[in-house]
Order: sequence, then C-alpha cells, then structure tokens
Amino acid sequence: MWEESFKNNGGLYTPGSIIIPTNEKTDSLSEDTSHGAEGTPHKFDQEASTSRHPDKIQRRLAQNREAARKSRLRKKAYVQQLETSRLKLIHLEQELDRARQQGFYVGNGVESSALGFSDNMSSGIVAFEMEYGHWVEEQNRQICELRTVLHGHVSDIELRSLVENAMKHYFQLFRMKSTAAKIDVFYVMSGMWKTSAERFFLWIGGFRPSELLKVLLPHFDPLTDQQLLDVCNLKQSCQQAEDALSQGMEKLQHTLAESVAAGRLGEGSYTPQMTCAMERLEALVSFVNQADHLRHETLQQMHRILTTRQAARGLLALGEYFQRLRALSSSWAARQREPT
Amino acid sequence: MDKVMRMSSEKGVVIFSKSSCCLSYAVQVLFQDLGVSPKIHEIDKDPECREIEKALMRLGCSKPVPAVFIGGKLVGSTNEVMSMHLSSSLVPLVKPYLC
Repeated sequence: MWEESFKNNGGLYTPGSIIIPTNEKTDSLSEDTSHGAEGTPHKFDQEASTSRHPDKIQRRLAQNREAARKSRLRKKAYVQQLETSRLKLIHLEQELDRARQQGFYVGNGVESSALGFSDNMSSGIVAFEMEYGHWVEEQNRQICELRTVLHGHVSDIELRSLVENAMKHYFQLFRMKSTAAKIDVFYVMSGMWKTSAERFFLWIGGFRPSELLKVLLPHFDPLTDQQLLDVCNLKQSCQQAEDALSQGMEKLQHTLAESVAAGRLGEGSYTPQMTCAMERLEALVSFVNQADHLRHETLQQMHRILTTRQAARGLLALGEYFQRLRALSSSWAARQREPT
Repeated sequence: MDKVMRMSSEKGVVIFSKSSCCLSYAVQVLFQDLGVSPKIHEIDKDPECREIEKALMRLGCSKPVPAVFIGGKLVGSTNEVMSMHLSSSLVPLVKPYLC
C-alpha cells in the first residue's frame, strides 16, 4: 500500500528528489505527495514494516509537503524573474532604437536613417553601429591632432606614437567588422554603416587597398630610390592580391546563384541546394575577413616603407579623404532635400 | 601522412583545395598571375578526403583548404600567402618554379 513508498530512499517520493526547481513533472509529483494518503499504489520493495514507526511516516509526509511548497515558491520566483527580464529587454531594445534614430552615427550623414532599418536588425549590428559612431569620433579627433602637430614642430617620438595610435585605430575597426560579419555578413558586405559616397567605392565590405595607395602616394614626396622601388612593388602585389580576391568573389557569386536557382522552395528551406547555398554564405564571411586582412597588410607595409613623418602625413591624408567623402554624402543628401 | 607529403612534392607549387572553395580559387588565380602553374588537388574528389583534411590540420593549418606548399614545404593558407606577397617574399620563393 502507500505506506511502503516512504521507507525506501530510492523512490520518486523522497525529499531529495523533490528539490529540483522548475521541473513541471516534479511539481506535479510533489502535488501528489501531499495527497499521498489517498495515493495510487507504487512498485517499491517492501522492507521493514512501516507500521512500527507511524510518526516517522508523518514526519516524512510533512517534509515532503514542505519541500513541495518550497519548490512551488521557487518556481514562482523564477517565473517572476523571467517576466521582469523580459520587460527590461523590451525597454532596452526601445532605448537602442531611439538612440539609433537620434543620430548616434557621427559622420554618417542623415541619410542613413532613410535606409529604413527594420526592427529585426540584430542587437549585435546595432551595437556595431554605435561602436562605429564612437570610432568615427575618435578618428576625427586623431585627424585634428595630426593636422595641428604636423603644422607645428613635433618630435619624431611624439609623432611615432600618434602614427602607432592611428594604425591601431584602423586595426580595431577590422576587428569590429569581423565580429559584425559573423552576425550579418550581408550587412558588412554592403557597407551599410558607411555613408553613401563611401559605399560607392565599396570593395568587399570596405575600401580598395590599391585605391588607398593611389590616394596616399602624392603625399610622400620626396621618396628615396629604395622607397620608390618598395612602393612600386607594394602597388603591384596589392593589385594582384586584390584581383585574385575579386575573381574568387565572382566565382562565389556565380556558384551561390546556381545553388539558389536550383533550390526548391515549398517543402521547407533545407533542400540540398539551399543547404549548399548556406555553405556558400559561410565562405562569404571568409572573404570579408580576407579583404580586411589585405587592408591591414597594406597599411602595415606602408608603415614599414615610410619614415615616421611620411607615415603621419599619409595617415592625415587618408583620414581627410574619408572625412571629405562623408561630408560629400551629407551635402548631397541635403541638396536632395532642398526645394527646387 | 605519406600521401599528403607525396602530393605536396609533386610540383613546385601545390595547392590543396576543394571544388567548392572559392578562396582556394582566389589563391590559385594569384599564383597564375605570378607566372606559376600550380598543381591543384581538390581533396573533396579524393576518396581519402577526411584523412587528408586531418593530415593538413595536423601540419598546422587552421583550416584544411586552401593549403599551399612551395618546394614541398607548407607555406600556409590564404592569410600567409597574402602577407608574404605584400611583403615581397612570395615572388622570390616561386622564382624557381616559373613557367
């Protein structure tokens, strides 16, 4: 009968096993325990006669009831916690939304809000955009400092630390983009965080390394013969690497299009062709990373070839170039809005 | 793995790739641009694909393809090849194997 169940510690009705929070099953079992007196028969072994210790049984029953009650209270507290967290999350998402619309995109130009970001933009991307806003602010500050310092007299040591900081700043952006690419590679590929003029020159989610060299070159005069040779070699190898990646991208686009064209929709999205397409998209992340690696190496090599002063002038020129592109985007957007 | 060592020495420049890997294709294009005609092993078409992958990873590649061998020695993947090229150390390495 039901008495036997309470002498065996291995059974479901022991206090130890009831102390499992948020377990629906356990809860219903613990509910049963308190009604144990009318309970259903169980399959536990018969050991020593329990009729010898009725008070033990009563104590065990009371313990079970207490344990069940505590379990129910814990579950209630947990559910309340979940509810509070959920409300907090909604609130935070709304705040992020508001912050976004209030132009936390310093230097991005007003037109970015016109791109119509939907509410299902992942929080990782929103975070990236905010971080990028800060990045641009810091970039502008560094450009200002470089300009001031180069117009005056500055020691090579001080200049070197400014150059190091500027380089590190670019490398930081590549790291940020790598994280963002894992979240939404199409976002990074399309340069969604950039202003429209910058996006016009987009190559695999950023600037063309060969373009970078073209912008910087006039600012380095005079160059030594060795430097000229090194810069020439760098230009050529950069162009070759860029072309190779471009051709790889073309192949990727082609094979992705093939996979999508061959895919069947309707019976769920995971036909072999669509799975294949998904794998291609993983490859896209690798390409974005490779393009950034190429940008990284190009900057690194320029730094190696040039003197500190030349590098400082180059970084100033580069920074101002991007500033002007951003300004162009804003002017253009403003012009579009003016009544004609 | 013996097979990998043998395959990697078949020619001056050997690239382990997969038919679906477009980054491997990009590396191949780069070498061709430098005047080298590399030997391409598409390991996904090899029955021992899994073993080859494992062997390449054991040699130090973070991902099995692309894996580039020059003169029978592992040079690395896309990252290493690009870095070497930009620092002008790739061209001297492939010089003996120009077509």
